[in-house]
Amino acid sequence: MLVSKTKRALTAIAGVALVLSATSAAADYALNLTPGVTPISHEAHTLHMLIMEVCAVIGLIVFGAMFISIIKHRKSRGVKPAQFHESTAVEIVWTIVPFLILVGMAIPATKALVAMEDTSDADLSIKVTGYQWRWGYDYVDDGVSFISTLATPKEEIYNQQPKGENYLLEVDHPLVVPVNKKVRLLITSNDVIHAWWVPKLGMKKDAIPGYINQMWFKIEKEGTYRGQCAELCGKDHGFMPIVVVAKNEADYQQWVADQKGVATADKEAAQRDWSKAELMARGEKVFTGTCAACHQASGEGIPGTFPALKGGAIATGPKADHLALVMHGKPGTAMASFAGQLSDTDLAAVVTYERNSWGNDTGDLVQPSEVKAAR
Amino acid sequence: MTHSAEQGKKRTLRQTLLIVLGMFGFVFALVPLYSVLCDVTGLNGKTRNQPERVVYTEPDLSRTITVEFLANVNESMPWDFHPAVTRMKVHPGQVRKTSFYARNLSSDTMVGQAVPSVAPGLAALHFRKTECFCFTEQRFAPGEWRDMPLVFMVDKDLPEDITTLTLAYTFFDKQILVD
Amino acid sequence: MSTATTHDAHNEEHPSGLMRWVTTTNHKDIGTLYLLFALMMFIVGGAMAMIIRAELFEPGLQFVEPQFFNSMTTMHALVMIFGAVMPAFVGLANWLIPMMIGAPDMALPRMNNWSFWILPFAFAILLSTLFMEGGAPAGGWTMYPPLVLQTGNAFPFLIFSVHLMGISSIMGAINVIVTIVNMRAPGMTMMKMPLFVWTWLITAYLLIATMPVLAGAVTMLLTDRFFDTSFFNAAGGGDPVMFQHIFWFFGHPEVYILILPAFGIVSQIVPTFARKPLFGYSSMVYATASIAFLSFIVWAHHMFTVGMPLTGELFFMYATMLIAVPTGVKVFNWVSTMWRGAMTFETPMLFALGFVVMFTIGGFSGLMLAMAPVDFQYHDTYFVVAHFHYVLVTGAVFAIMGASYYWMPKWTGHMYDERLGKLHFWLSTISVNVLFFPQHFLGLAGMPRRIPDYSVQFAGFNEISSIGGFAFGLTQLLYVYIVFKTIKGGAKATDQVWEGAHGLEWTLPSPPPYHSFSTAPEVK
Ligand code: HEM
Ligand SMILES: [Cu+2]
Ligand SMILES: [Cu+2]
Repeated sequence: MLVSKTKRALTAIAGVALVLSATSAAADYALNLTPGVTPISHEAHTLHMLIMEVCAVIGLIVFGAMFISIIKHRKSRGVKPAQFHESTAVEIVWTIVPFLILVGMAIPATKALVAMEDTSDADLSIKVTGYQWRWGYDYVDDGVSFISTLATPKEEIYNQQPKGENYLLEVDHPLVVPVNKKVRLLITSNDVIHAWWVPKLGMKKDAIPGYINQMWFKIEKEGTYRGQCAELCGKDHGFMPIVVVAKNEADYQQWVADQKGVATADKEAAQRDWSKAELMARGEKVFTGTCAACHQASGEGIPGTFPALKGGAIATGPKADHLALVMHGKPGTAMASFAGQLSDTDLAAVVTYERNSWGNDTGDLVQPSEVKAAR
Repeated sequence: MTHSAEQGKKRTLRQTLLIVLGMFGFVFALVPLYSVLCDVTGLNGKTRNQPERVVYTEPDLSRTITVEFLANVNESMPWDFHPAVTRMKVHPGQVRKTSFYARNLSSDTMVGQAVPSVAPGLAALHFRKTECFCFTEQRFAPGEWRDMPLVFMVDKDLPEDITTLTLAYTFFDKQILVD
Repeated sequence: MSTATTHDAHNEEHPSGLMRWVTTTNHKDIGTLYLLFALMMFIVGGAMAMIIRAELFEPGLQFVEPQFFNSMTTMHALVMIFGAVMPAFVGLANWLIPMMIGAPDMALPRMNNWSFWILPFAFAILLSTLFMEGGAPAGGWTMYPPLVLQTGNAFPFLIFSVHLMGISSIMGAINVIVTIVNMRAPGMTMMKMPLFVWTWLITAYLLIATMPVLAGAVTMLLTDRFFDTSFFNAAGGGDPVMFQHIFWFFGHPEVYILILPAFGIVSQIVPTFARKPLFGYSSMVYATASIAFLSFIVWAHHMFTVGMPLTGELFFMYATMLIAVPTGVKVFNWVSTMWRGAMTFETPMLFALGFVVMFTIGGFSGLMLAMAPVDFQYHDTYFVVAHFHYVLVTGAVFAIMGASYYWMPKWTGHMYDERLGKLHFWLSTISVNVLFFPQHFLGLAGMPRRIPDYSVQFAGFNEISSIGGFAFGLTQLLYVYIVFKTIKGGAKATDQVWEGAHGLEWTLPSPPPYHSFSTAPEVK
């Protein structure tokens, strides 16, 4: 399984010091929990600092006593060992005092927890669905809905291109929310368990298939906030980031209107006939974002796990079967149904792309109208 | 080794084996126990999977609860599934009716099972359904669609601090009948 | 081992060569087998850790594919927990418990042989999955469904090997209990037993109470996958979260199984080198017992993010915070044992002192994790990874290494090389902190655990951590060298070995006779 880059490995390990000095200039050494941009994240940060300080003080006392003992009570200084081995009074004190400290910690923690779990009176509800390996967002009231996928190109991941500033933390369609509004997320999953987490928003919640979980946040500052899936969910668990863009109310409303516009534009685009070049260009985008995780950018798949499309029976066979498979998936396998996730145009484009790439030369075009008819 | 020492060993061995067997049995006993616990406490937000009898009482008009409806399909099952309305305002004690639309987009006959889930979990106990498509499996011919009714009531014991509750259904693919 | 001292009353036939080891029912032979097996697994699991740290050395995918990376984290954990740390503790129990309580051997010698020989099969099966279609298990050592049900052909082998490991541990634990309850020398009352014996007795009860729970949970996974049951499948009325409840009902006591014997070891070593009796013997026993009890009611602190009702979260938060009290008592007792003693700092003592400091650091991060409102931020990040490696590596593993230096002269009759031992300690301590301390920062800065690649903001500390990892890995080769050097030869050890050592095992010759106490000693 080792990628044949052992030579790289050796140079990397040998040149440890060199690499260290070279990359640390660019690297960030963030140390601590973020105070974040929501009331919840501020609470978590305050509690975190408090408990850390309590631990530091206790540590100082315990390790202090120990080091004094190590320095002063050593045989080489000719001391005679004392023989005491119990003291009920002392033992009671060091049971009670830590207990009281814990009670002191539990009180603010309880308050914070109660506030965090209070999802009532939200201004906006958004359904979040975890997929292997992307996130789906549905705005319950506005009818806006889209899929959000990693936007970092494979070339950056495989070190063929320099990595951008937001390497692995960038998506094609970010979640957009208004500031100073209580946003409630209703979280579920389509396959395995995922967890939705943006550190600056201060909350993490599991996405569980068949169950609905909820969490809330109220962002105080406009900006872009990034996070990742936080529950192991298979191969590309490390590659399903979350990006939240917080806008002011006016910009947010504009965005919602635009989204509805995009949806209508998409509908209109689906009415007309597309040229091959257009379909291929759009198809490549869709393929890279949605299909390449399993079938690979080369179309060769992963032998034994994910079938090759290059020269594959389906991709070079009848057009209608190919389209049906992509739309409805293949039950019992990892091949999902994409009818619900992709628009008519995207489906048409990606099938066209698969039938005319990597040496597949069926020459077939699939038009959005054909997809519509097949639905 | 003396006789009594041998017996002592045997006794301890028996006791420990009993613990082992007992704990192994206990795990399986946990399964029904967990269901009971969930029913009683609303631990996982599941509603009951049988029709409930509700006795008509005067609705509590002083409280208004927002009920949100969500629809999901598991593993991208090729069904179109969505609620007729996404949101409803109800009074505790009031019996209401709504429906969910489902359509089988595939070219096979499929059997689905809808699984309900309520958030917040504690509200699940107070969400009572008298009629629901989730009580039985639903069988759809290729291309078939239906509006499936849901009749429910939010009972008056719903904790005061809950003003919004969300009911989500997820359709799971139970069987595909290829013809 | 000892040829000069085989004046056995029973004088059985001992087959020689390989067959001696296959058929042995002797507690010392079996102890040795367990310890060597654990060392081997420590190296195998360590090699996997090196692959993980190599991939995480810089951002980007360099050496392995993500799926294989997940297999590495999964297998690393299973091998280290069930293959290295637990068998090492059972090996120590085998060697030491009969010698410490004045018994000739373990109570159930034949079962002892089986419980060891199951292990190589269990791990051969587990490791063979690396070569199967679909790859080795990659769903994490916690085996959460539905993800674990996506495992390829390896799935039934994973379940079967977990069953075998469980059976082996249960048999080992039963043997320990039967031995301690029935075979103490006259006068060796419960409250006179060395703490290592006490902690192991309590551990053994934890084992027989929780390993069946794990076995049940994985059996349900198996039937869900192959026999159409729906324990964890929402479509059939099940609940994937129920698996997590059952798993952690086993899992949290399990982490105490991995640390209580270490508490016992440190409680033996510190008094010896402080030349002063252990402070608060009875409170140590009670603290251990209460930790064991509490460990059954805190499991859901691993699941604060699954969406429990508020009252549930509060209960598990309070119960978890409570565990810090008896844990604190233990640390205070160790420090008081050192206080006004006459300390010397041979290798075992260095490891014990390292344990006290670094285990406590792990305890502090545990306390932080117990606070549910902040755990929402820490959960499933590198902060948790740092926490459990402080308690498991600088805790459990350091204690095991300390124990091996402490008792190796007794076992082999040879002193180890003190200079190399100290070098091993210092190199390990420095590198292990370079390895794990920065992981606290990574977690706090927002790096999730179990990912093969990360964003550039995490590059700096990952690089440092990997360098620490390689150094720690290399250092352990020194340990292997020291162990084999000591087995082969070295200065002759006296019977008492250490000036301050007390206890029955130090009254036996070094190395001890094949059957420890053929006639029971009298304990006053
Ligand atoms: C003061 C005592 C301790 C407390 C309060 C404590 C608390 C916790 C908490 C709350 C977590 C869950 C963190 C999360 O996933 O968000 C955790 C994880 C963990 N702890 Fe501890 N802990 C303590 C001692 C120990 C000890 C003694 C061990 C083992 C020797 C241990 C081993 C682990 C392991 C292995 C995990 C991670 C399991 C996983 O998710 O894979 N802990 N601890
Ligand atoms: Cu995920
Ligand atoms: Cu735990």
